[in-house]
Parts: sequence; C-alpha cells; structure tokens
Amino acid sequence: MSYKTIVEDDIDILVVGAGLGGTGAAFEARYWGKDKKIIIAEKANIDRSGAVAQGLYAINCYMGTRFGENNPEDHVRYARMDLMGMLREDLAFDMARHVDSTVHQFEEWGLPLMKDPKKGTYMREGRWQIMIHGESYKPIVAEAAKKSADKVYNRICVTHLLMDESKENRIAGAVGFNVRTGNYHVFKSKTVICGAGGASNIFKPRSVGEGAGRVWYAPWSSGSAYGLMIEAGAKMTQMENRIVLARFKDGYGPVGAYFLHLKTYTQNGMGEEYESKWFPALTEMVGKEYLDTEGQHLSHKPIPTCLRNHAFISEVNAGRGPIHMVTMEAFQDPHLEEIGWHNFLGMTVGQAVLWAATDVDPKYENPELTTSEPYVMGSHATGCGAWCSGPEDVSPAEYYWGYNRMTTVEGLFGAGDAVGGTPHAFSSGSFTEGRLAAKAACKYIDDGKGEGIVVSDKQIADLKEKIYKPLETYQVYSNEVVGGSVNPNFINPRQGLDRLQKLMDEYCGGFGVNYMTNEKLLSIGLKKLKSLEEDMEKIAASDIHELLRAWELNHRVRTSESVFQHTLFRKETRWPGYYYRGDAMKLDDKNWHVLTVSHRDRKTGEYTMEKAPLYHLVGDKE
Amino acid sequence: MPTFVYMTRCDGCGQCVDICPSDIMHIDKTLRRAYNIEPSMCWECYSCVKACPHHAIDVRGYADFAPLGHSVRVHRDEEKGTIAWRIKFRNGKKDMELLAPITTKPWGTAYPKFSEIPAPSEEMRNSELLFDEPKTIRMDDGGLRTLQAAGLKLEAGVYY
Repeated sequence: MSYKTIVEDDIDILVVGAGLGGTGAAFEARYWGKDKKIIIAEKANIDRSGAVAQGLYAINCYMGTRFGENNPEDHVRYARMDLMGMLREDLAFDMARHVDSTVHQFEEWGLPLMKDPKKGTYMREGRWQIMIHGESYKPIVAEAAKKSADKVYNRICVTHLLMDESKENRIAGAVGFNVRTGNYHVFKSKTVICGAGGASNIFKPRSVGEGAGRVWYAPWSSGSAYGLMIEAGAKMTQMENRIVLARFKDGYGPVGAYFLHLKTYTQNGMGEEYESKWFPALTEMVGKEYLDTEGQHLSHKPIPTCLRNHAFISEVNAGRGPIHMVTMEAFQDPHLEEIGWHNFLGMTVGQAVLWAATDVDPKYENPELTTSEPYVMGSHATGCGAWCSGPEDVSPAEYYWGYNRMTTVEGLFGAGDAVGGTPHAFSSGSFTEGRLAAKAACKYIDDGKGEGIVVSDKQIADLKEKIYKPLETYQVYSNEVVGGSVNPNFINPRQGLDRLQKLMDEYCGGFGVNYMTNEKLLSIGLKKLKSLEEDMEKIAASDIHELLRAWELNHRVRTSESVFQHTLFRKETRWPGYYYRGDAMKLDDKNWHVLTVSHRDRKTGEYTMEKAPLYHLVGDKE
Repeated sequence: MPTFVYMTRCDGCGQCVDICPSDIMHIDKTLRRAYNIEPSMCWECYSCVKACPHHAIDVRGYADFAPLGHSVRVHRDEEKGTIAWRIKFRNGKKDMELLAPITTKPWGTAYPKFSEIPAPSEEMRNSELLFDEPKTIRMDDGGLRTLQAAGLKLEAGVYY
C-alpha cells in the first residue's frame, strides 16, 4: 500500500471524536492549557458530526439553579429513579452542578433558547428539559472548539489508541486513517480525551433494506468509544444497560416534547389506557421501592422509563396493539401543532418526511408508536461506558484515582458516551463532561504524569499493517471469483454487520425475541461472536470507504462482546422493558444492587468481571 | 429518507461530500456530480441538503416504509440566521411552511478569546471550578454546589 504516514508529534491533548463531549473538551482545554498543543481527530466534519449533527429541539439537562428551579442533587435522584438505582452518583452530581454554566455559554455563543414570557425563565418542556431552536446547535458548538484547537483533523477514522512502551497501562496517543486520502495518521500525545460515540446498529434494526439507516441513534455512532477504550484495556461499567426507546413508528421521531409540552398521551388499539393494569405484576418483579403504583401519584415520582416500556411491550404482546399517541386533542391548537412539526424538523426530519409520505396528519389521526431495537450508549437515558474517576471533593475512595473523568488507563479520559454510569447527561451534560475531562487532563500534564512516553516505530508499523489489511485481503482474493459479493475467503463489512445484528438480536435480547435472553442464549451468542471475531481477520474492503465501515464494524464487535459479558454477569432482570433475563426474572437487590465492572486483558482477550459498590447521595444526618 | 441528487442542478462542488457525517455523499467520477453511495447508512439528517448551494439534493422516503409522492424541502440561511421548511403531503391536502431561527448572533462572533483572558490562578486550578465559573452557573457569585452545602454525603448500600 502506498499510503503516506503523517505524524503529529508532541501533542498535549488529543480529542478523539468531536461530538458534544469532544468539542467541550477542546474548548475548555485552551483555558487551562494556554500553551498546550490541542488536536482534534474526527471521523466526519466537526460542523456536523456526532449525535447532534442534525440538531436538537431541546436541551434535556438543565438545572435552572439561577431561577431556583432545581438543585444538582434533585437531578441525581431523578436519574437514580429512572435507572432503577444504577448510576455513579458522584459523576452525575458533578456533571449536574456544572451543566448550567455550559448552557449559559451556549446562549452567549448564539444558540437560540426559548424563553417563558411570563416567568422570565427558559421555556421548560419538562422538569429538566428546556426548548431551543437547535438546528445549528452543532455548528455553533463546533465553532468554539475550532477556535480553541491548534488543529482539527476532519475525516480521520481513529482505529486504535497508542500505548506507552515505557510505562505499563499508560496512553500515548492514537492512530487512524484519512477516509478521503487514505493516508495513515499517527498522533503522539500525552493525554487522550475519548469523545467517540456509543453504538447504534449493533442490534438488528426494525427497518430493513434501504431503511436500515433510520435508526434512533445516528448510524455513524459505531461504538468507537468502547471499541477504542476496551482495546486499550480500560475497565467498562454497566455495558449491559442497553436502552430501548418508545418512539413514533418507523421514523423514530422523538416523543419528549409531545408528552411533556404538548400533553399528548398513549392508548392501546382499542383506545384504552393500558399502562396501569401492568403495574401490579410489575411491582412484584421489581419491588415496591421501585414501583409503588398506589403511592406513585402521591410521591410525584415519574415512573421509570423501562417500566413504561414493559407495559407497552406487554400490551402489544397481549394482542391489543398498536399503541397510539393521542395527538388529535393537542393538535387542534395551531400553536401546539406548529411546535409538534418544528420538533421533528429540528432533530428528526425523517419523521416529518414519513408523515408527509403516509398522509399522517396528527391533527386528524393518532400516530402509531413502537419500541425500538436496543442501543448501547452512555449519554442519553442510560449509562454504558468506561469506569472513570470522579472529582476529589465528591467521590468515595473506590471512585477516585486522582483525575476527574480519567479511565483506568493513565492519561485516557472520557466524555459523553465514553463515560459510564452517567445517564441523563444528554447534549449539555456531555459537553460539560468534556470540559471536566479537559481541566483534569491539563492537571495530569502539569503534574508531569505524561513525561517520557515512548512509542516505538514497531508499534506504529504493526498498527499500519493491521489497519490496511482489509484492502489487501480484497486485492488478493477478489479476482479468485468471477464477480459478485460472495467469496470463500472473506466477508465484506455489510455482511459482517448483518451477522452481528442477527446474533445480537437473537441471543442478546433484541426486538425480534421481545428483548428476552438467558444464560444459555448468551453463552451460545458469545460463541458465535467469537467466530465472527475470527472472521474479522478476513474482512475485506474494496476501497477506503469500505475500510471505514470495516473499522466501524470492528468497534461494534468489540462493544458487543462487552455487552454479552456484562449481560451474562448480572443475573437478574434490573430493567424490565430494556431486556429480560428469562432465568432470573426478578430484580434482586440483595445480590445485584451494584455496578458491574469489566476488564478485558489486552494481551489475552480474557474478560474478568467484578461488582463495584453503589454509593448513593443521602442526607448527612442519616 | 435517503438523499438523491438532481442531475441538472449538481455542479460537483463537493459541499455535500465535505459535510456528510456518514461519508456517503461521493462524487461520481464519470458524471462529476455527487450521489448517495450507501442509502442504508443515511440518517436523513439533511446536512447535505442544507449545505448544497444549488438545492440539488433532495430526499425520497425510505423505500421500505415510505410511499412516493411527498416532499420536505429546506433553505438554511446563515446570514439571516433562519431556516425555512416546506412540507407537502402525498395526498396534496397539506402544504406547510415553517420558519425557525438558527442563531441569535452574527455567525462566529460571540466566543471568548482565550488569548486575551488571563491564565487561571493556582487557586482556581486547585478548585473544582471550570472556565468562567462560578459566575456562569447561577449568574451571580454563588453557584458551585458541594455535598456539604447540600447537606449530603455518599453512602454505600441500598437506597432508593
């Protein structure tokens, strides 16, 4: 292969993946590291990359402390309730106490936040959400990162992190290739802040054929946050905690504004309220502490999202589908009707296209809802990701090793989807995590922790060979057959992705099996995944674009393995409605009121699983 | 809704290639115009549609669930700071125009200039504060919440 090797040396802070987390890191790093060399490596173009590329119509995490609306600890309690107790409350508290600062700066930069004319506050969609005109959310935020970074490398698919050869378990940068030129890029850096994305498209999507791109989370969210960090030996947490979304059917248009602001509600195919009848049996499964239907309206506690999913799934299985969103009442108000449409245009245009194509006017027809395939991510309402240190003034000893948001690999930090145990961060919280990671990374460097890093030419050459191997495989074997995509020597990335999605769906609890799995199924699935991993050695790419897809698939496979291991480990059904362990259908606080933590040995690929204690915020008098 | 490109409007400028988050807008080497090389990895995010200076890119609903005959068109104007949409239903009964702001400031002007801002003090570095905090948290001098101020502690065990 004749691709050039381009080395960027002496980097202080390398941001890998510049969605909301990565841009937050790049922005803040310049303040704490005036003379530091800050570099961004991004798979796409940072003006429209990551999950917010399309825009957002709401910021889902804003405390409003300036208006006396909420305190950070209120948000932690809310997230705890929604996640059935499972989160890192130190990280969640830390994010929440800083997040308003991020939102106020977004407004300063030009992001249009809607105002409540009566109260003088921001327009609330719900207790935590504020409404925005966010079509240009990403380009506005990216501008701040561009002004801070020494250089932005767009269109670099980062495939691997570099490891220091002078000190065990220390980061040394990253490598990847340019998806336009094909050139090999080497970034040697004292620290890496991983802002790469969570994983869509690892479970078989409901859509088929051309529609396979119509996933809820962006199709370019290739699990690279986990693929990169797991390969580097970073510990992961809560990777079993995949999320299933109840959304408008086929288009996966968001329902938040509809429920909270437009006050629409759901009913079954017969036009009946259906949720409450499933709650008594559900209380049996999860315990009264998590679902107390009699006391629920008194406590004003929202019902955890997974449990509402459970009612949805159960009602459909009972033959009383489809579930409808009742829009016909709210949409009679022309102002609310307009908001309903703007909401899609601002963040899920495809849903508007679908309704236009199918003549669904929500003013005269209640649209159908569905439950999605599962997603593995850590910034929306779930908390998959790396096991990271918390802040000094909050975290207990088990959660603290010196630098905020640093993983268990020295010098490797995370933000957004990359950080585990911090659900409900969303866009603003992810940016905030990036800021926290950047400050800590600067401190790490100033403390001299990144000195004396050694990266041998051999490490760089070995990775280069590995990265381009799919192109070589194609060259060597493609002419062995007359034509077409069937070849006994290799599979292409699409074929590999199809295989991954099928096995994840059938063995790890996808929509095709009603989100059900058990130990036996998981063990079979892991075995099948192992052979897919072996076939990944023989994956072929006919061009650079396919090479990108091949490496995205590698990250998805690595993510999936971790999901299997974690799901196998947690022998209970913690989140009915997200997935079910058929062999342990009850929530089991006696044995599983813990966070799951995994480690994959870099050399052997062996997994070790452990339980980490859960710390909760309680009154200091208790 | 995978994108497609009108032959007569595209001049091959490559703006769509440059912006597509999924790397699926490529230039056809023979025709020297852009096209969607991988519709099944298209999120219908409209980034390319918005970026095209000739409105040469449009979207046709995913073939697996969207019938033909609809239209959702867009014009994004950074100078005016607005985005304009037009939605047409397949049955022709609905034809909506919607307008929204995309920014409140002239593009790219309202960012802090770190080169002119003094470097943070040692005290600031050793604190838990981020840039422009505590001011930007509550827009007053107070703001950064601590466990102590909240009357809280972290306790291991089962709490709900």
